[in-house]
This record gives sequence, structure tokens and C-alpha cells, in this order.
Amino acid sequence: MAEEMKDMVLEYVIDEYVDEDDEIEVGFETPLISSGIVDSFSMVSLKVFLEKKCHVSLPDKEATPEAFDTVNKICELVRRFQD
Amino acid sequence: MAYSAKARGLFAEDIQAIKDKGIYKEKRFICSPQNAEIEVEYPEGAPKKKVLNFCANNYLGLSNHPEIVKAAHEGLDERGFGMSSVRFICGTQDIHRELQDKVSEFLGMEDTLLFPSCMDANSGVFESILGPEDVILADRLIHASLIDGIKLCSAQYDTFKHMNMKHLEKKLELHQDKRHILVVTDGVFSMDGDLAPLDEMCDLCDKYSAMILVDESHASGFIGKTGRGTHEHFNCIDQVDLITTTFGKGLGGASGGCVSGKKELIELCRQNARPYLFSNSMAPPIVNASIRVMDLVTKDTELRDKLEWNAAYFRKGVEEAGLCVRPGNTPIVPVMLYNAKLANDMSRDMYAEGIYVIGFFFPVVPSGAARIRVQLSAAHTREHIDKAVAAFKKVGEKYGILGLDKKGIIDKYGM
Repeated sequence: MAEEMKDMVLEYVIDEYVDEDDEIEVGFETPLISSGIVDSFSMVSLKVFLEKKCHVSLPDKEATPEAFDTVNKICELVRRFQD
Repeated sequence: MAYSAKARGLFAEDIQAIKDKGIYKEKRFICSPQNAEIEVEYPEGAPKKKVLNFCANNYLGLSNHPEIVKAAHEGLDERGFGMSSVRFICGTQDIHRELQDKVSEFLGMEDTLLFPSCMDANSGVFESILGPEDVILADRLIHASLIDGIKLCSAQYDTFKHMNMKHLEKKLELHQDKRHILVVTDGVFSMDGDLAPLDEMCDLCDKYSAMILVDESHASGFIGKTGRGTHEHFNCIDQVDLITTTFGKGLGGASGGCVSGKKELIELCRQNARPYLFSNSMAPPIVNASIRVMDLVTKDTELRDKLEWNAAYFRKGVEEAGLCVRPGNTPIVPVMLYNAKLANDMSRDMYAEGIYVIGFFFPVVPSGAARIRVQLSAAHTREHIDKAVAAFKKVGEKYGILGLDKKGIIDKYGM
């Protein structure tokens, strides 16, 4: 289940934030925000996606750039609010 | 005293952290009027140095144009220094109305509302017309002031990949359940100098019943065959609903901005926009000078034609010199260096050669996309441009990057 979520989030991040001609490889531990792949403005798409797909409400104060910096961290955050 | 030694120390630590990140903005003083040739005190306290300015938004060379300066003097004499009021109380003169009408005519829009700056226009426009049932779809590289305005508004927002029309269409489909959809883009993106494909965007907006707002700050006065802007360039003037733009760049260079567009939307801005309601009017000398600017850019295309020639001449020069230049056809010419330190070092050496340009790097541009952004002006002469190209060639040679493409520069200096 946890692996499925990670795969789903990674697929979304690549589809949503990486252009076809970008020479970037994104994995579960790739920094997203601090590397500039995802900026704080466009992070909103990811938050909306997670809330919809994972049936969870992520408070703004928890959905910080730090908490969204890797796919692994994102999944940890989602699981915390699913519990 | 509330400002304790402890507080002072903590703020000093914040400043040091900015310096440690290498993003501290140093003071630079211009000791002459803004123009192609300026006198600069940099670093602070250093003797004044005469340099050629290739980093101003002075696209049409109007910042110190004699006719504009004269018009500002006349405005000062005839309508005074300031308004001491916001627009809706007692801060609107007949010349404010005249300028609004001239801008509407020039841009091909129904109505226009002046703001103290385009930053204010962008802060106020979204909250004035949209609510929680609506959605804003924004290009990911729009100007920071649009982002701030979007965040101040109660509407939902989403983003699409930079100038990626497939992604925009996907987002338009996704948000069909919303009351209003407003697509937001810059006409010319200030860091890359690329033009938003407005014709395609407008067609998509028509297809999905969305409105479109374009920030034309880096386009008004010189993009398009008569300088109307990006919507003229792409022949879609009638399809654009809202334009925000500035009098602080091509259209004069002093200050002030506006929202122009469908009359109901402008009326809502007049009723609701907080920067319009709670900030002073544009000062009369600037309004009067801006009226003269609109007359100048409406009268003929001499200045925008010269700017176009200058930009093409510079671009050809640096490309032939072997520098790596981002393709484009605007007066913003990014000389790509990819590595932040290289961009910084080269801009410092260019200054030593008498050419004032600035290196840009993350977070202002994406990581690994550092560059020196060169901005051409109609005030530049052919000799100015020759000197700038020669300096780029000399400095580029010093760093061994002439003839190298992106991969070559990254292999040599890293990202």
C-alpha cells in the first residue's frame, strides 16, 4: 500500500512538473522544492492532487515546502493525516 | 526601548544568512539620469564610473527623453506635485482620465484604471473580480507580483507548465466545474525574453469559456508591429480580456501601472481593488509625462523599430562572438552561463570593461540556468552595442566559453 502511494505520487510529480526536454531524473529521495523542480507557487497542484486521491485534508501549516521536499516526505505527511 | 540588543542581533543573523546564501543584494548608486550612458558608484563609496547601461527596462529610451522630461515639467507647473489623496476621494484629475482613455485606445481595450504601480494593479485585480467559486490558471513563470495578487485572492488557483499548451488544456478541462476560469500569463517573460503563445492560449480560452489576463509590462510600447503588445504580435487583440502593464518600463520609465480590459471588470477593480482604494494616485507630473509617452508611441513606430534593430544587432553580435544565447526576438537577450559563480564573475568583469550588466541565478531563475540578462534600449547607439559585444567577447574568452554550447559550459564549470 505504502509502495503504491509512493509510485502514484512519483508518477504525478513527473507528469506535472517535469518537461519532456528536462534532463532531470526524479526518484523518491530527489529534492523537489529545494532543487527548484517544484516551486512554492506551483506546489498547490500537488496538494490538491494528494487531498483528492488520498482522501485526506492537509492543513496549510503542515503542507510546507520542507514537508513536500521529496516523494518519501510527502507520503509520510499524507500517512500521518490518514491515521 | 522595544528594539532590544537581542532583537538587533537576531535581525543581523537574518541578514548574515542572506549573505551566506550568496543572494545578498548590494547597493548600487546611479549618479546621473537613467540612460544608455550612466555614472555609477559601485561598490558603495567607490569613485564614480562611466558605464554603458545594458540592464535597464528603458526599452524605448524614454526615461530621460527631452519631450517626456518637458511634459513632466508642464504637468508639475499646471497640475502640481502630488494629489494627497487616493483616486476615489479627491485624487483623480482630468489628466488621469485622459491617460486612461489613451491607454485604452492604444491597447485596444474597453476601459482602463490607473494604479500607483503595476505591482499594485496585479495585487488588486484578482481579488476585485473573482471569488471562492472561481479558479485562476497561471503559467508557472509569471511575475512575482501576479503570484502575490493570486495569493491575496479568495479564488482557487492552479498552475500549468511554462508555455505548455497541452498542460494548459488539461487544466482547463480539469476545472470546468468552476464558475469563472481566468488564465494568467506574462506577455513577455522577463527572465527569458520569450513570448507567451497568446494566439493559442486565447483559442483555448475560447474553447473552454475561460478569460485571459496578460501582464504586458515587458511588451507594451514595442512588441507587435505598432508596439501595442503581445496581443498585437499574435493578432489576437479582441480575444484578450484583461491587460496589466506599467509606465515604469518601455512606457516612460518613471512609475505607475494600470489594468485595462472589459469595462465591467475594470469597474469592479474601481470598486474593489485595495491598492486603488488605499494608495495615492499617480503624481500629476508622471501622469502628464505618460500622456506624452502614449502620444509618442501612437504617432509612429520609430522608437520600437530602432529597439527591434538594436536587439537583433546585439543578438547577432554575441552569437557570432560564440556566446551561448537563448533564442528569441525581444529586447531581452539572456547570455546563458548556467553556473551561478560564472554569471557573477563575468558580470563583475563586464563592469570593469564599462558594461553594466547583472548575473541572475537561482532562486531568481531556475537552478542551473544562471545567465547574464542583457536588455536593449532604443537609446543605445550602434557604437554602444559594438562595445558591449566586444566586452562580452573579451570576457568570454577569458573564461574560455566562446563557442561552447550548454553542455560545454556545464562540463567546464558545472551547474
